[in-house]
Amino acid sequence: MEPIIRTENLSISFGGHKAVDRVNFEMPEKHFKSIIGPNGAGKTTFFNLISGELKNTEGDVFFKGQSIANLSSVERTRLGLGRSFQITNVFPNLTVLENVRLAVQSREKIRFNPFKHYLHYKKITQDALTILEQVLLENKAHHIASQLAHGEKRKLEIAMLLALDTEVLMLDEPTAGMSLEEVPAILDVIKSIKSRGDKTILLIEHKMDMILDLSDSIMVLFNGKLLADGSPSEIMNNTTVQNAYLGGLYDGELVET
Amino acid sequence: MNKPILLSRSNIFLFIIVLALIAFPFVMDSRTLTILVTQILIFGILAMSYDILLGYTGIVSFGHAMFFGIGAYCTAIMLNDFESTIFVFIGSIAVGMVIAGILSFIVGLLTLRLKSHFFAMLTMAISGLLLVVAEKWRSVTKGNDGFTFKAPEVFKDRIVFYLVVLALIVIVFIVLKRFVNSPLGRVLIAVRENEQRTKSLGFKTLYYKVIASVLAGVIASLAGSLYAVSLRFVNTAVLTMEITLDALLMTIIGGVGTLIGPLVGAVVIESAQHYLSGLARDFPIFERWIIFFGIIYILAVIFFPKGIVGTIQAKYFQWKDKKAQLNVVPLSKNKESSK
Ligand SMILES: Nc1ncnc2c1ncn2[C@@H]1O[C@H](COP(=O)(O)OP(=O)(O)OP(=O)(O)O)[C@@H](O)[C@H]1O
Ligand SMILES: [Mg+2]
Repeated sequence: MEPIIRTENLSISFGGHKAVDRVNFEMPEKHFKSIIGPNGAGKTTFFNLISGELKNTEGDVFFKGQSIANLSSVERTRLGLGRSFQITNVFPNLTVLENVRLAVQSREKIRFNPFKHYLHYKKITQDALTILEQVLLENKAHHIASQLAHGEKRKLEIAMLLALDTEVLMLDEPTAGMSLEEVPAILDVIKSIKSRGDKTILLIEHKMDMILDLSDSIMVLFNGKLLADGSPSEIMNNTTVQNAYLGGLYDGELVET
Repeated sequence: MNKPILLSRSNIFLFIIVLALIAFPFVMDSRTLTILVTQILIFGILAMSYDILLGYTGIVSFGHAMFFGIGAYCTAIMLNDFESTIFVFIGSIAVGMVIAGILSFIVGLLTLRLKSHFFAMLTMAISGLLLVVAEKWRSVTKGNDGFTFKAPEVFKDRIVFYLVVLALIVIVFIVLKRFVNSPLGRVLIAVRENEQRTKSLGFKTLYYKVIASVLAGVIASLAGSLYAVSLRFVNTAVLTMEITLDALLMTIIGGVGTLIGPLVGAVVIESAQHYLSGLARDFPIFERWIIFFGIIYILAVIFFPKGIVGTIQAKYFQWKDKKAQLNVVPLSKNKESSK
């Protein structure tokens, strides 16, 4: 079957520095793949290349067999590539509900109606609230986004991605910086999406226990290069990966970061 | 609770103000005051249009005067060259709006892709270019000297003109209010807040910025048309940076992104201009009233970054929040104990 996402020698250089270096990967449909790698390995940059936030300088990226390298991030989102951001990237002076509502509005393709009052779209508000409940943020619905605690901002970031309801979900360290009590709830959300089985999910994470539990496959980036891509057990037993990155200490060191 | 209620407190308040404004010329029999309030309303329209750009979409334009000027010249030239009737007046407003709409569309499409400060510079340059054209094209505009023209017969009565302007500002306010509260308006706000994220949600932000700038341009042109008739005179002053700065000041001092704020700003700036230039006869220093605006502006940005209306709104919400929290506390305690 045609993979839903495929890259061919996908690369980008910043000046002389190659942040993503000739990565070839394939993502089967309805698959759950995690991306790991040390800080600065190029994971976020790789996401940016797929979602269109950055344009690749070399190689190509395909969505359902069609090259999307020249499409803008807007067009890629509309095709079905949704993503969340590692550094929280929301609408700071709007309420939590309004942030999510905008994402639902986009999903429903209500783009240019200039006259009807936005609150008349009851279904949109209702959907937004439902998603906020999912990420346990409904009690903050009317708070201003910039005044949320860090963990809550991360939840909002995820809620906005869920609200878009795209075929592909790309999550960039969704639980980074969350307090330990908050992580299980987000994990549950991700698990329940996975169990529904209708989404293709790419996850960047450092928490190894979480990754091993969720992933169908894991890919390892190191200095911008694809070091390995395989099932969780393959990756854990891969000596190159162990030497270069895991150093045999994965559940000690990685969970910390 | 979230329903848009027609009879909300603020709507009743606005309704009372409109009633007072309707009654005003009949109660206060003062020609100067009627003219001053007419002027305030006209600049109120201009400032609201600027708020669509600055307050709602986050676009800084230094060329807003060009659309105001287009309206003013269209109306002045048509009333002068054709007949001075109400139909020509209405037609001239329509023509001005169409030209302003087309120009703002082209300017927007060409420049709104750029980074915001480049956009600001370019709008200033284009508006400056238009000013030069108006100064050189003497056969039509009479350049800097300008020309007087006859207003339609009905407007001989200042009160009639005042009421027309009042009706128009109410219409513009309602239309803009609807617009900013529509799904489209919500996306404009999203663009102001975080354009990159708006794109990543799947909205083509350039379209939204162009729509905002066309709407703002069209409304500014209407204000210009009314301005020309209020003076029965037009010269290149309507195209100058001063008009843009007035709109900018009114919007910032009143409070960006509120629509009401720019109206309050118009009251403050226009009356200050009026009284300060009156004072200038006795104290020449007031001739430099623009200096005072500089000072007001700096003070406003330091102490009221949200503007007059924005500050009041924030205080009101804080107060409401506190009240709500006081009511909520026992409830949430119950919940916890029942867990
Ligand atoms: N816009 C940019 N301009 C210049 N260099 C960049 C840019 N974006 C990323 N880089 C560089 O590319 C490299 C990869 O960064 P990236 O953010 O993709 O790492 P990462 O794997 O996501 O790391 P982390 O785990 O810390 O999130 C880094 O060296 C970074 O400095
Ligand atoms: Mg990263």
